Amino acid sequence: MKLHNISFSNIRRRKGRMLFLVLGLVIGISTVVTLLSVTDTMTRDIEAKLNQFGANIVMVPKTENLALNYGGIDVGGVNYNVPELEEAKLTEIRTIQNSKNISIVAPKILGPVIINEKRVLMMGVRFEEEIALKTWWHKSEGVFPQKENEVMLGSEAAARLGVKTGDSLLVSGTPFQVAAVLSPTGASEDNTVIAELGAAQRLLGKEGKISMVEISAFCQGCPISELTLQIAEKFPEAKVTAMKQAVLSKMQSIEMFQSFSFGVSVIVILIGSLLVFVTMMGSVNERTREIGIFRAIGFRQSHVMQIILLEALLLGIIGGILGFAAGNLTAWGLVPMIIKDGTFAGIDLRLGAVSILMAVALSLLASLYPAFKAGNMDPSEALRAL
Amino acid sequence: MTGVKHLIEVHGLKKTYQSGDSRVEAVRNMDFFIDDAEFVTLMGRSGSGKSTLLSILGALNHPTGGKVLVDSLDIYALTAEQRADFRSEYIGFIFQSFQLIPYLTVLENVKLPMAVTGRKKKVQDRMAEDVIERVGLTAKSLRLPDQLSGGEQERVAIARAIVNKPPLILADEPTGNLDSKTAGDIMGLLKSLNSDGHTVIVVTHNPDMEAYAGRTIRVRDGECFV
Repeated sequence: MKLHNISFSNIRRRKGRMLFLVLGLVIGISTVVTLLSVTDTMTRDIEAKLNQFGANIVMVPKTENLALNYGGIDVGGVNYNVPELEEAKLTEIRTIQNSKNISIVAPKILGPVIINEKRVLMMGVRFEEEIALKTWWHKSEGVFPQKENEVMLGSEAAARLGVKTGDSLLVSGTPFQVAAVLSPTGASEDNTVIAELGAAQRLLGKEGKISMVEISAFCQGCPISELTLQIAEKFPEAKVTAMKQAVLSKMQSIEMFQSFSFGVSVIVILIGSLLVFVTMMGSVNERTREIGIFRAIGFRQSHVMQIILLEALLLGIIGGILGFAAGNLTAWGLVPMIIKDGTFAGIDLRLGAVSILMAVALSLLASLYPAFKAGNMDPSEALRAL
Repeated sequence: MTGVKHLIEVHGLKKTYQSGDSRVEAVRNMDFFIDDAEFVTLMGRSGSGKSTLLSILGALNHPTGGKVLVDSLDIYALTAEQRADFRSEYIGFIFQSFQLIPYLTVLENVKLPMAVTGRKKKVQDRMAEDVIERVGLTAKSLRLPDQLSGGEQERVAIARAIVNKPPLILADEPTGNLDSKTAGDIMGLLKSLNSDGHTVIVVTHNPDMEAYAGRTIRVRDGECFV
């Protein structure tokens, strides 16, 4: 018989009581694990959704002239010498230090073309990137262009030119098929003819050239200005501008959510510790008689404390494991209900280790005073309860 | 007092309880001695102070005044932890209402006092099995206390008290909750322990138990009459 045998036997043979003691820990740990798992999934979801709000970095060639337009209204000052960027150099964007934070790079070429004797703005894009960036693009008819000889028309352009999906067009003398017509967006693309980048470059005589690049980037741990600087270093000939407002609001939404879940976790942990403390205190008071017997048969104060703290350690381990399991189970059930199309991020073993450590620390901390009280119990007082 | 060395010497013992304005003198100025291998009953009515006296003799209850020497050792001059070690080595307690640990088996309850002695498991097992056999419970050694009768529980309490082979056995109303036949058996068992050389002190209010003792110390209103 050793002291630990007493703790083990108590836990093994009084499962009902122990379950009640463990409950406080399980509630605390499982709530924190659930919150962290849900927050993690939500952060990823918010991040993905916010990224769909469009570009937050714009790269244009440097120019000496100031733009003479405001809110889409051009007041003249035609610039015939429009500088352009090199398409081949664009791959360098993916070589910056924070390249993993760059999600979409959408280059464009712009220039005038003649259709049905009318001057129309042509925009050459990489459809795959552009559609991912502009989630608000909806085609009123047809399918997004798949081939080089297909174009998509803005709603206004289609109306003015009197063409519809399936029609053939001569664009500056080159035949094209209208694959789709966009629904009105209220933006510049309503008046444009949109073609695949390569085809547009050839048509405009600007092979390998780019007029502007829209970039969607998101970085939780670093400021967007840092990303902008890194890109600008690679492209000294370009002006790289961050649309700070968009990024700041992204960051704020996520930070607010994280602060909220951190706050809730702290409160839950506090309530959990209080629950463990109260139940441990109750358990020690209930065991006054037992502690009196231990002391009477020659157990030192430290022996009694060892028994109580060893029980707390074991309960902490059990509570941590059960709490982690319950938390993951709850998160697994809760995520699809809270987040549309959300899937549970999976079991994080590091979080498991932290949960068990946290439960043990909590249980030991909450039991320290009750154990001290038990150890210091006057044996004659304790025996008076006999 | 004579010049002979006694196992227990009590000099000018006092114990006063203070509760608010009221003051109760549970033990007043007691002087007596108990020799090695004596069987002594402490007789007295309920509230006479005999249980308080037993707890003081058992190094559990600090007296307000006076001295208790056990084997010439002034037990209340020791620190609390030293007194715990003293109890472990010198004293076997048998409490009123058995006071077994409900979640430990008979064998584990009997081995309990050895948890702080550093004895090896094999030695502990052998010593526990010996005393369990002596109290006649070998067949029930793996049962929990609530699976035993009152008399059997009392036997477990006795086995637990003697497992460490303490020189002094203190019993507080050990037959209080038993029928007269079982009570007689238990007192017989205590008598046989006394014959083996243990000093036995039994607190009781039952005059029938006097027959087993070599000597009776009567306690009345906190005073003793040897």
